[in-house]
Amino acid sequence: MVMKLRTAGYFFRQAALSLWRNIWMSLASVASVAISMFLLGAFLLLVFNVNYIAANLQSNVEIAVFLQVDTPRQVAYQVRDQVKAMPGVTEVTLVPKEEGLKQLSQQFGGQEELLEATGGVNPLPDYLRVRVAVPETIHEVARAIANLPGVEKVNYGQEVVERLFAVVRWLRWLGAGIIFVLGLGALFLIIITIRLTVYSRRREISIMKYVGATDWFIRWPFFLEGLFLGLVGSGCAALTVYTGYNLLLTRAGAARVFIPLLNDRGLLLNSVLSLVAGGALVGALGSLLSIRRFLKA
Amino acid sequence: MSFIQFYNVTKVYPPNITALDDLSVKIDKGEFVFLVGPSGAGKTTFIRLLFREETPTRGQILIGGRSIARLKRSEVPFLRRNIGIVFQDFRLLPEWTVFENVAFALRVIEVSPREIKPRVEKALERVGLSNRARMFPHQLSGGEQQRAAIARAIVNNPRILVADEPTGNLDPATSREIMKLLEEINYQGTTVIMATHAWDIVNSMRKRVIALQQGRLVRDDREGAYGYEA
Repeated sequence: MVMKLRTAGYFFRQAALSLWRNIWMSLASVASVAISMFLLGAFLLLVFNVNYIAANLQSNVEIAVFLQVDTPRQVAYQVRDQVKAMPGVTEVTLVPKEEGLKQLSQQFGGQEELLEATGGVNPLPDYLRVRVAVPETIHEVARAIANLPGVEKVNYGQEVVERLFAVVRWLRWLGAGIIFVLGLGALFLIIITIRLTVYSRRREISIMKYVGATDWFIRWPFFLEGLFLGLVGSGCAALTVYTGYNLLLTRAGAARVFIPLLNDRGLLLNSVLSLVAGGALVGALGSLLSIRRFLKA
Repeated sequence: MSFIQFYNVTKVYPPNITALDDLSVKIDKGEFVFLVGPSGAGKTTFIRLLFREETPTRGQILIGGRSIARLKRSEVPFLRRNIGIVFQDFRLLPEWTVFENVAFALRVIEVSPREIKPRVEKALERVGLSNRARMFPHQLSGGEQQRAAIARAIVNNPRILVADEPTGNLDPATSREIMKLLEEINYQGTTVIMATHAWDIVNSMRKRVIALQQGRLVRDDREGAYGYEA
């Protein structure tokens, strides 16, 4: 597949000629590569961001350890010390039930009737706020704490995180499915476009074979044509994704407090570059597939 | 050792059409060989096997001592650079001039551009088309088109020239001219193998005749006549 410099010019001229002769098919292929690669880029960034948010959430969560309602304060302190001694635990705060009630009534607007409504008995248990060093260990630590005597319930927002991850997983599959179908469409269009060229030049190709042109000599112009279609399409997509995301970063402004957007130039650049590579791959693959049948025998 | 050797070559096309049946033939360097026989006798298959458009189902084909059935895909083009091919229907590219058609054969095997012009001119001179170089195929007579095709086949100085019914589309007078040209090419050392139906041509040339019938060798005469009907 070595290309001699002096024949390179010939290959490029042939490729350019074919692109121009089938200009509408070429444009359709470029557009279809652009659309599928744009969606791929958008999905990539969406998934990265949801992952990022999930990671943030996870590192912020703390474990809430609810003790049994009738646990004596003494035992509560013991549990606190036990938890504090656990590996990976960085901070433990005991929140006595009186404090909990106060916080609760503040949330309800400071109504003293709350205590009265419950017949003067504080219904709340004492509880511990636990922070762990490594978010990934939170599950383990929580389970260990749940086994301690006097512990009624352990809560660490696992459902939120798990639901989020489930959404991410689902998104990934959906995205992969859509992108696969669109990519196949783009590939198909490229194959048709190049097959048109191959077909219009089939006599040339057969003569090339008779006089002893190598397979790669015959392939190169078509290969370049496909590569070009793929690169232009994915280039458009990459540019759109890149500028679009940067625009989102600057415009989102205040909203980013609530939804933290990933601002990682390296990652963005990598995603965009992989789009270009993906487009080139689709183009190259398409051209090789279209010429394959004509090269046989 | 013979230049071209067919050893017990059998070619079966699916499902079970036997085009060549246990054919053994030797052709020496510099020979002029007619390949004759009725339609479907296996002439075209013989030629397709020779430039490895097909591979034999059984048997062995050697050219210059090399088994061409065992050639790797990537080696086939280099075999073909030693074999010029001429067809009944010329197969010139209509949108190109005669010169471009001939030059194409050199360009696609990456001959340096400086060499292309003199070599094309020489080939056109050999076939007597120097004054037609700038014309397009449709401006030429059938005989001239076939000459252009022959120029393309010999421009790379192949050791073998294979012609499949090269006079099939030409009138008798033009056919004789083409035969004279092929004979000249043969005199200059190229082995010529020509498949044909034209018994008058075969009879007048007195060359070696290999007659095929239903894929089998039925006759191999040093200075033969057509005569499969006789």
